[in-house]
Amino acid sequence: MSNATAEHPEHLTEDEKQLVRKPLVLNNRTMGWISDYISSIVEGKTPTWWYVSMAITVPLTLMCLALLGYLISTGVGVWGNNHPIGWAWDITNFVFWIGIGHAGTLISAILFLTRQKWRTSINRAAEAMTLFAVVCAGIYPALHVGRVWMAWWLAPVPNANAIWQNFRSPLLWDVFAVSTYFTVSVLFWYTGLIPDLATLRDRCTTKIRKFIYGVLALGWRGGNRQWRHYEMAYLILAGLSTPLVLSVHSVVSFDFATSVVPGWHTTIFPPYFVAGAIFGGFAMVLTIMIPACAIYKPLHDLVTTDHVNKMCKIILLTGSIVGYAYLMELFVAWYSANPYERAAFWYRAFGPYWWAYWSMMFCNVVAPQIFWFKYFRTHLVWVWVIVQFPNAGMWFERFVIIATTLARDFTPSAWGMFHPTWVDICTFIGTFGLFGTLFLLFIRFLPMICMFEVKAVLPEADPHHGEANH
Amino acid sequence: MEAVGNPTAPVYGVAAEFQCARDLYHAAEKIRDAGFSKWDVFSPFPIHGMDEAMGLKRSILGKLVFFGGLTGFLTAVTMEFGTSSFLYPLIVAGKPTNLYTVPAFFPIMFELTILISAFTAVFGMLIMNGLPRLNHQLFNWDRFKKVTEDKFFVAIESEDPKFSTRSVQDFLESLGGTNITTIHGD
Repeated sequence: MSNATAEHPEHLTEDEKQLVRKPLVLNNRTMGWISDYISSIVEGKTPTWWYVSMAITVPLTLMCLALLGYLISTGVGVWGNNHPIGWAWDITNFVFWIGIGHAGTLISAILFLTRQKWRTSINRAAEAMTLFAVVCAGIYPALHVGRVWMAWWLAPVPNANAIWQNFRSPLLWDVFAVSTYFTVSVLFWYTGLIPDLATLRDRCTTKIRKFIYGVLALGWRGGNRQWRHYEMAYLILAGLSTPLVLSVHSVVSFDFATSVVPGWHTTIFPPYFVAGAIFGGFAMVLTIMIPACAIYKPLHDLVTTDHVNKMCKIILLTGSIVGYAYLMELFVAWYSANPYERAAFWYRAFGPYWWAYWSMMFCNVVAPQIFWFKYFRTHLVWVWVIVQFPNAGMWFERFVIIATTLARDFTPSAWGMFHPTWVDICTFIGTFGLFGTLFLLFIRFLPMICMFEVKAVLPEADPHHGEANH
Repeated sequence: MEAVGNPTAPVYGVAAEFQCARDLYHAAEKIRDAGFSKWDVFSPFPIHGMDEAMGLKRSILGKLVFFGGLTGFLTAVTMEFGTSSFLYPLIVAGKPTNLYTVPAFFPIMFELTILISAFTAVFGMLIMNGLPRLNHQLFNWDRFKKVTEDKFFVAIESEDPKFSTRSVQDFLESLGGTNITTIHGD
């Protein structure tokens, strides 16, 4: 069907009308409006709510940094980690944050390759969220090594002891996977920002802003001789990021799966971790985007209910995959006939951490099922409330995998419980402050929505727009 | 005809404004057919099919990235086998350190392949685009600021062998361009 008929649906039969796609941008917004509105968020006076929010998140960030300083100066014993639970909240929080960081790249890369054009209005914020989540995640593995000043031993550089790393260790794979993921995500995000930074540069009125945005925009002019390399670079980055995003959480899961600990030593982990990461990541995207659109109401023309609806469907799908994985774990534990494997799962469900297990089951498997009903996918308040379950549930999942498994090892003499210290708790709360602070700075100083991509999905962006046949 | 920039400086080219992607697309086809070589069209977003309308070939960036990826892969192979098999063989759980250990080396090979490919894609794109740069003759023209908002432009450079200010001005006017302007350097 040509665009010409799509613009005049009155000529169509009933069947054909159903084939006309809904516009991605509502209320016939023009290109000029998109630039004006998105840029005005950055250019306008700083709103009061922004200061209020920063007044909450900045102290939390400082608390997080202070506690990390306390940990470095005192020792890793300020956390509750101890035998038998050597990996506790630190790795739980690491996997939690890195999982959240998967939705951004999924939206920017996989939905780009599959030509899901609705992604254009959410990819920028989701990618930013990815970066900030990975920053929060990176704190934990870096700090839990104990003597942080020796963390450079992870890097393969020649040293006086002539010692080299064990490249067969999943922990070293993890270092490479997470640092590659962060670097590539920064490159992807910044590449996407260049044309929009040029928009901000061209609208600047003050010299300082013009200088800063001018330097950041790298001299972009929007010539087609630039666009053709730019689009190729973007396509290649999407192609590279797709296997990358799937590999990162797989490698994270190898930290567990390659061990011989019952409950960890399982081949289902990589796909199950990836599905869980997408599930939790989309929940966090919605957690952030719904309030942002409530504050900047005209954004509803760009991030429409249809977008939210689609994201809820992805949450429903990935949540069901996660639920399937939980059940399959139980089945395989039984079917393996391995008493330790069976005991591990018995203790998960009915042992000392039964509350964490059933919280996880409820939040991740039961609660998202409500998204089968369209009403709950399209009413934003409901969506926001419901996605808090995956947010919490994914934290419980990692806690269940790590703590319950270590708490009930092979021999009862090695059994024990984990109790978080106040440093554990406050550091974790502090990472939310760090995440919030970075996100607020992003909203204030960079375009929250990818302007040039949204313009490109408008009907008039088609060079054959308005022509009868093509 | 208007002129911007320093009038005593050499002419960079002649530029014209268009109102929509469709007009720009058809103008590009005609400029291509007229045989110009040093010219470009400017738009707020990439226009689908513009490469064909301008007669441009596919970007060679993909080929560069292949070699970037190969570099990353070979770096990982050298690093992993070099250290684990020769410099410092570390026996863990009785596992070999020879060629059979390659499955355990695979994740880092993969990650470094991706990493160097991504760097090649971004920096290769910037270098081929002549970026970063702080200024450009086109920025002397105030109307050109709208190129990142909702306006479309064509510029034919003075380095083009078929360029003469007068004829290019008339040509762009015949294509439907408005605000035709001669752009000087600084």
